[in-house]
Amino acid sequence: MSSQGAGTAEAADLEAFRRQAADWLEANCPPEMRRPVRSEEDYCWGGRNAQFQSDAQRLWLERMGAQGWTVPTWPKAYGGGGLSKAQAKVLQEEMARLGCRPALWSFGIWMLGPALLRYGSEAQKKEHLPRIARGEIRWCQGYSEPNSGSDLASLATRAEDKGDHFLVTGQKVWTSYADKADWIFCLVRTDASAPKHLGISFLLFDMATPGVSTRPILLISGKSPFCETFFDNVKVPAQNLVGERNKGWEVAKYLLAHERDMISGLGDRASRKGLGQMAADAIGLDGVGRLDDPGLRARIAQFEVDEAAFAALAQRASALARAGQGQLDPAFSSVLKYYGAELNKRRLELRMALEGADGLEWEGERSGDGAIARAWLRTKANSIEGGTSEVQLNIISKRLLNLPGA
Amino acid sequence: MALVLNEEQTMLRDSARNFLGSEAPVAHLRALRDARDAKGFSPALWQRCAEMGFAGVLVPEASGGLGLTLTDAVVIAEEIGRTLAPLPFLSSAVMGALTLSAAAGSPAAKHWLPQIAAGTAVVALAVDEMARHRPASIATKAAAQGGGLRIDGEKVLVLDGHVADLLIVAARSQSAPGGICLAAVDPKAAGVEIERTAMVDAHNAARVRLSGVEVGADGLIADGASGAALLEEVLDKARVVIAAMLLGAGEEAFQRTLTYLKERQQFGRRIGEFQALQHRASMLFCELELTRAAVLRAAQLCDEGADGKARAAAASVAKAKGCQSAGLAVQEGVQMHGGIGMTDAFEMGFFMKRVRVLQELLGDASFHEDRLATLSGY
Repeated sequence: MSSQGAGTAEAADLEAFRRQAADWLEANCPPEMRRPVRSEEDYCWGGRNAQFQSDAQRLWLERMGAQGWTVPTWPKAYGGGGLSKAQAKVLQEEMARLGCRPALWSFGIWMLGPALLRYGSEAQKKEHLPRIARGEIRWCQGYSEPNSGSDLASLATRAEDKGDHFLVTGQKVWTSYADKADWIFCLVRTDASAPKHLGISFLLFDMATPGVSTRPILLISGKSPFCETFFDNVKVPAQNLVGERNKGWEVAKYLLAHERDMISGLGDRASRKGLGQMAADAIGLDGVGRLDDPGLRARIAQFEVDEAAFAALAQRASALARAGQGQLDPAFSSVLKYYGAELNKRRLELRMALEGADGLEWEGERSGDGAIARAWLRTKANSIEGGTSEVQLNIISKRLLNLPGA
Repeated sequence: MALVLNEEQTMLRDSARNFLGSEAPVAHLRALRDARDAKGFSPALWQRCAEMGFAGVLVPEASGGLGLTLTDAVVIAEEIGRTLAPLPFLSSAVMGALTLSAAAGSPAAKHWLPQIAAGTAVVALAVDEMARHRPASIATKAAAQGGGLRIDGEKVLVLDGHVADLLIVAARSQSAPGGICLAAVDPKAAGVEIERTAMVDAHNAARVRLSGVEVGADGLIADGASGAALLEEVLDKARVVIAAMLLGAGEEAFQRTLTYLKERQQFGRRIGEFQALQHRASMLFCELELTRAAVLRAAQLCDEGADGKARAAAASVAKAKGCQSAGLAVQEGVQMHGGIGMTDAFEMGFFMKRVRVLQELLGDASFHEDRLATLSGY
């Protein structure tokens, strides 16, 4: 009886919060920020050298940051909104209903933040989390190296312990937006004699520190979202070590699970126009209303079955994660990462097929400078970045299926 | 929509799993098959299932059932799929109960629903007329005759048709173009000819010929456009239940294969150490997890009273996905077991045969992919 009463009170509180959130969003979200995102250029990444597309974009970030709603569930003490999961869901629903764009895109929010909340010292949380929340510092991830891709733990960038500081020397690769980032969270080797997983530490440092340099990598899509990053005797204060020395692999794995969640989300965007509809527009229908290409029609339908089932799985996984009590193995993120990445690749393969020759244009206004072709090529990295599909299958074999020797 | 089971459903699943695991393991199906059992199922076992609530899960409480949701039925169906128990669950407790419940005030419903729930009568729905599932092309005729109906036509793949106490026949309505007449037909009535068909999976089905069969006015369950709508709804819900059976069978075949990968030694090590097999097992695991989510989504959408198009799309996604993933599970099951997987003494073959039949029932993957495309306007 009492729990039912509590449930009713809770529901009433949530409804009050919904009205309050809706009012605030109505009053504070500029109209320009309530139009659908047209391209990647519409995303706001913040940072010291943030290039705002418009005053509206800057204002929206400032207001959301001050409210702590860029990171609704983080504690208020660290710049968050201090909302419960249920309230955060309500906020998300209201933002979706009003068409509000996310105010900030940030590796700090998706990746570093959760790791700092779990492994960071109080001083580190106080220093970094509020700046992430307000979009003042843009972060990049120093994980992969030229000789450490899937075998990430073999990384060779070394950090010498000099007492009050570390001296970092080495090279990272595939560092997303390193040339635009202010700070880096970086995996370094602090013990060369220990087994490979047990000699790694997790460091934070300013990309403006002497000895750091970056070089963008031109990809097959013609774009350069990734860089090579070089460290030449970079001095990093000792207090910038996250967690214990030589125990950085634990932090790294925790963070990778969050990255996988992010990439797996690529295959699940309910708001998108269906491929079948796109094909109908591009190719046309036959006399009985079927796509005028039976083979492609069947392939698209098979894809849409998997896409719908995957969306349901993502929804189910997040419900299980919310329920807690060990109902969802953390390694399940590998299922979502693997399938989401493969699905997104299939989606863009089909998109290219339905566009025909139109999809082949690389430059010019008609094709938005080859937007589809570039997006198609970009998806090829989905099954490589954040751990390849093969690595995800290894993790599933070992952690979820308990197969021997995996 | 939560896409997870609640506490009661988890308990229902556990009790169904325990009961069927001990009372109706695959050996039960094998025994009926080897004995060439005339009925092809065990009425005594079905009685006990009724006591567990399986038979009346979808029958309204007022008619002696439990009046539970499709999600509850799906929970039971998955467990039946797991042990391949040849029970009249899909025919009678799902399709029969759902059709009659829609006309709960009719004389047929009043008479038969309590008996379905008690497990004392089997009701079979006769839809298909050709080798492929084409419910839009039903040709069986129901003509008005003296206040009642006269039915002519031929039905195939009527599940549990040869042991049914009542047949519900879907016929082309004469009252409205595009309409469907659903009529309660006594299997012993003059002009009804029933031929049991021995199936590859040792489950029950029959061919039914109807020649000038007379049905009284009280045998009319639904007609015209509303009859067509009811049939669509019943078929969609049954497709979700079949998808759950596919999931159960696929999941069990997968678990048995996984166990084998951890035991079988070749080249001086367990074959589950080979990455070629690990990756295939992991991919299959992903497909089965997607299937589970798709089945739950479709069932919960039906329980929320989703409209025709949303319900149809979700049911087709679940059925298509079930066909695909369970099909993969039994193929990998036989392949990864090697030679022993090909023997009749081993049970993997039973799963392969049953899945093949479930794939075909109420539309295979191609049927549902085509339907999804049509529903989506391409």
